[in-house]
Amino acid sequence: MSTTPTTETRRKSTAKAPRRLWPRVLIIISLGIIFLSAVRVVTGADDISSSGALNASLALAVPIGLAGLGGLWSERAGVVNIGLEGMMILGTWGAGFFGWQWGPWAGVLGGVALGALGGLLHAFTTVTFGVDHIVSGVAINILALGATQYLAAVAFSGKPGGGETRSPSIDDMPSLSVPGIGDPLGDLEAKNWFLISDLAAFARSLTVNVNALTIIAVALFVLTWFVLWRTVFGLRLRSCGESPSAAESLGVNVYRYKYYAVITSGALAGLGGAFLAIVASSSYRDGQTGGRGYIGLAAMIFGNWRPGGLGAGAGLFGYTNALQLRRGGESVHALLLVVAVLVIALAAWQLRSGFSRSVAVAGSIGVLVLTWYLLTDEVPEDFTRMTPYIATLLVLALASQRLRMPAADGQIYRRGQAG
Amino acid sequence: MSTTKASPSGDHAPASDGTVAVELRGITKRFPGVVANRDVNIGARRGTVHAIVGENGAGKSTLMKILYGVQRPDEGTIRVSGREVTFHSPADAIDSGIGMVFQHFMLADNLTVLENIVLGSERLHGIGDEARRAIREISDTYGFGVQPDALVEDLGVGARQRVEILKVLYRGARIIILDEPTAVLVPHEVDELFDNLRELKSEGLTVIFISHKLDEVLSVADEISVIRRGESVGTVRPQETTAHKLAELMVGSDLPSPTTEESTVTDQPMLRVEGLSLAGLDGRAVLRDVSFTIHKGEVLGIAGVEGNGQAELVETIMGIREPTAGRVLLADEDVTDWSTRRLREAGIGYIPEDRHRHGLLLEAPLWENRILGHQTQEPNVKGPWIDRSGAREDTARLVTAYDVRTPGIDVLSSALSGGNQQKFIVGREMSNDPVVLVAAHPTRGVDVGAQAAIWDHIRDARRLGLAVLLISADLDELIGLSDTIKVILRGAMVAEFDPSDVTPEQLGSAMTGAAGDHNA
Amino acid sequence: MTTMRSRINVRDAALSMAAPILAVAFATAVGSLILFVAGDPVGQTWQVMFDTAKQPRSIALIVNQGSVYYLSAIAVAVGFRMNLFNIGVDGQYRLAAFVAALTAAYIPAPGPVRIAAAILAAMVTGALWAGIAGLLRVTRGVSEVISTIMLNAIATSLVAYMLREVSVPVEGSNNIGTKPIPESARIPGIPLIPDSTQDVYGLVVVAVVAGIAYSVLLNRTRFGFDLRATGHSESAAQASGVNVKRMILTAMLISGAFAGLVGLPELLGQAYTYSLTFPAGLGFIGIAIALLGRNHPLGIAVGAALFSFLDVAANPLQIIADVSSEIVTIMQGIIVLAVVIAYEVIRRYRVTQEQRRVARQLEAPTEAQGVPA
Repeated sequence: MSTTPTTETRRKSTAKAPRRLWPRVLIIISLGIIFLSAVRVVTGADDISSSGALNASLALAVPIGLAGLGGLWSERAGVVNIGLEGMMILGTWGAGFFGWQWGPWAGVLGGVALGALGGLLHAFTTVTFGVDHIVSGVAINILALGATQYLAAVAFSGKPGGGETRSPSIDDMPSLSVPGIGDPLGDLEAKNWFLISDLAAFARSLTVNVNALTIIAVALFVLTWFVLWRTVFGLRLRSCGESPSAAESLGVNVYRYKYYAVITSGALAGLGGAFLAIVASSSYRDGQTGGRGYIGLAAMIFGNWRPGGLGAGAGLFGYTNALQLRRGGESVHALLLVVAVLVIALAAWQLRSGFSRSVAVAGSIGVLVLTWYLLTDEVPEDFTRMTPYIATLLVLALASQRLRMPAADGQIYRRGQAG
Repeated sequence: MSTTKASPSGDHAPASDGTVAVELRGITKRFPGVVANRDVNIGARRGTVHAIVGENGAGKSTLMKILYGVQRPDEGTIRVSGREVTFHSPADAIDSGIGMVFQHFMLADNLTVLENIVLGSERLHGIGDEARRAIREISDTYGFGVQPDALVEDLGVGARQRVEILKVLYRGARIIILDEPTAVLVPHEVDELFDNLRELKSEGLTVIFISHKLDEVLSVADEISVIRRGESVGTVRPQETTAHKLAELMVGSDLPSPTTEESTVTDQPMLRVEGLSLAGLDGRAVLRDVSFTIHKGEVLGIAGVEGNGQAELVETIMGIREPTAGRVLLADEDVTDWSTRRLREAGIGYIPEDRHRHGLLLEAPLWENRILGHQTQEPNVKGPWIDRSGAREDTARLVTAYDVRTPGIDVLSSALSGGNQQKFIVGREMSNDPVVLVAAHPTRGVDVGAQAAIWDHIRDARRLGLAVLLISADLDELIGLSDTIKVILRGAMVAEFDPSDVTPEQLGSAMTGAAGDHNA
Repeated sequence: MTTMRSRINVRDAALSMAAPILAVAFATAVGSLILFVAGDPVGQTWQVMFDTAKQPRSIALIVNQGSVYYLSAIAVAVGFRMNLFNIGVDGQYRLAAFVAALTAAYIPAPGPVRIAAAILAAMVTGALWAGIAGLLRVTRGVSEVISTIMLNAIATSLVAYMLREVSVPVEGSNNIGTKPIPESARIPGIPLIPDSTQDVYGLVVVAVVAGIAYSVLLNRTRFGFDLRATGHSESAAQASGVNVKRMILTAMLISGAFAGLVGLPELLGQAYTYSLTFPAGLGFIGIAIALLGRNHPLGIAVGAALFSFLDVAANPLQIIADVSSEIVTIMQGIIVLAVVIAYEVIRRYRVTQEQRRVARQLEAPTEAQGVPA
């Protein structure tokens, strides 16, 4: 690899997404924190930017992000993977089975292996046999659910602390903290100062008591970006998702790369499942994934099939999820104000290019949400539970034109089609 | 040249030293139901342009896919520089110094030029700056003017083809296969391509040039091999033959040529288009103020380089797209706002440009395809119900009347050959008493027999008093069939010709915006 | 010519049958292997299942469960015929059943009117909920796969919320449910199976009607042709004059309307209230069965019967043989995977066979003219 970044390389990548991404991301994050801070002060809902909530967000975002990362690998190679949910379920069982007996790290490996097995099955049906990707994914979800329930009953019944629907508990994973920084940040946060306390909370959530698996997950995001966009392997893999016939005509073994991608996809989803079992609840439980595989897929689409965007999507869903858990009614109620302001701002921004239907739609949604905020004190628990799903639908509805999926995504490719 | 690293022969032989660079012996390839190649023997000498000609469906492309390792022959051998080789995949062919430029470009739109070029051969120069330098160098050597970091989707057709050739050169290919490379080019681009080919030849490369356009072949090739129905029927030198003799070798008889009898044009306007404009998705104008009138019994031909608004014009007339301005009138009625179905019911027959995507349900039987496009008309339906027996009977009639070669009306339409599929579509569109026929590239990719038959049907339509809008990339077809030819460029009508005194060259320069304006 | 055609049809039919039969055999083999490896009694497991299925009461249960599966699969199949993946049947039927439960319980009218109103309300609710996905697809280009998945989750929370708002305690448990439907609006069971203590749902009739309606609508009407054409090729359908967007929306609405019926046999025939324990997950089973039955009304019936047989027969496994009944869920998953692979292989085999046959017959010039009238 001789990729010294010159002005050329930069310009190259601009073609797709704005390069010099980091400054932008930092600006957006800072604006977000300032905004949240203001909302916190206005509404008095302290939890919307407490380190506890942010920490919980991170923990909730990881499995979603890992599932989404699985989706990213698969779809970048042109295979839609709706079986992520099933692969994640397999991962939870694998983590439970191996983790309970041989410790959390064995559990991680077990989850990854079981997930990869699910990926292998998906690759087998979609790549080798050319079955429709959605059909195969749905079938795998059914199969995985039945298989884990049966295997759980066989493996965990009668074991100490285990049962038909749960494994015996798994030992804790180590957590890491940057020493000497937690207490001062905690003090700052407790002051409830505009912006400063929020920044302290933000920093604290990233430096104190961070689980080892969370760090691995973040590293996997960076690694994915590097492998897919900066290596020969990645170029070949992406070419299979953009134009498999071109790839084949240049001697790339399309089937093999699709296999690599889909197996990796399953492994990542399995890791997400392992995280749920080991970190989030210390044991395998039936129904533990709760549709996170699907939300991961949504986060990936939200992120426009790119690791950075996916990370943002997963973070957003994790955040709304966390708020709901921490004095949900009040926090989500505060979030209504955030949504109202953002949507109205969006409408105003669109208004620059003239009045249109989307301006009207966005504007009226904004006004409705604002009215809701003003007329109530709390959002019912059931509504807070819907937040990630509604957010996904809204984003898809409002921004779908700007999304660009790999050109050959979801298409069935048969060898020998070149030419 | 700095690109010979991967060349197995390695020697910088002077142009055309007479040795055979690549030789195909006794190649046979069978597909379900057809023998695509039967005992084909061809040898191309080093440093020459060797043309392979044959009509559509003669098996040229299959032969080249075999030579490039995409498909494997059932019988026969391939020798490169005298050594026998077996190709399991294109990678093997590339290793033997063979490169191919496909008729349908093999480029990933969402990747950069550089990424498209280095893909699969990353070991040569990596995927970074070294590769970028190598691409620049080759591009400069041949004057390609290719930008390594441009996104392929932003490139025009000519530039894409140069990227394809660059891909091949980058791999150090000594034998380059070009499959119908001129099909997508306008005359002056063809000249540029031929200059490039001569350059390559003088560097000692071997070019295999596949075409069915005999004039081009005669002007660029050093040797010409002819394929008919999957068999090689001979190799000739251009100096010793004529287009006429080549045609006889190709199809066993003279090529059909499109000609019209005396004019049947009336003074009754049937289809009028007035000031039609259309904006694309990005807001750019795709059609600009297009106007024309077609009378009963008249064929209006539209010439133009592909992608200049022809497809959009057809779709706007057919009610698939909504114009931003202007009107479409059928007889005297304003039909601009009519739906596609209503237009079809009013008697507009439609032969779409891409029969697989727009003209047929490939995995449905023929008789259901008879219903397609006429779902509300006799004899296909009775009220809200499908009339199976009516549709089936009429399909049987249609198959006989239009000489569609099929064993029955229950076969899937995908099982028919391209020519028979197209004859079926023409028959179907003529079956419900049309008053207007919109025909987009009606003979594209069909064999000579079907081509002649379809030309006959269009002439019949004209004689019956239909107004025909004919869009084609085949300039001879346009000149032969039309009563008037208009030229479309960047969405606007820029010239009008009388087919009786216009040459393809004149049309060609009008299609590119007058001679001199050479931006690709 | 005719004999040849019928011979081919026989072979085609045989091929179509072979795939599911092989898939079931394969799934049984894999199931046995899993039981064996897990140390469960293989022979006893199958024995228990067949013994269970032979009892009259079980047969009635299989019919009941099968009719529900059938409706769900038909709802999915309407989408499939048009290349639309309605993964949201699950949310659609639960929301619809909830609304139907309220309708039947509260509107002041005689029993039959309440029943009719409940059925109508269910269909409309299902259609509207599916229609959201259809609308998002045609106006904003949002994939119906993703939007229906999201709508499922939203429906779950929405029903939970509304149930909490209107609920009354269910007698003799700590469950909550909607106000019970009055006697007059309950649909009596049919004692179809002799010697069975369990009646067959009265609304089994609805499943039969739905199957016939589906078949006629798709295969015999102009509308059905347009729908299938759009499923084959959106571009060709558009060029032929189909308004593809309207078609997508309509197909989603119809699919949702069928989905609305899924919960009714249980609601009006047995539970009489929508409670926390109302069955969930029927939509996903419907997807599996639609795939298994290749969207054919009779194929779906066979698939529904098979799946409900497996479910009902597995019930006593835990008690009698100490085997987890989830073994049949594994089998159901394997059956679906195996069958979709087999269908795909056969489909491709058929297309090449057809091409070969056409070429062969055209080579013999006498036959080439033999177009049957």
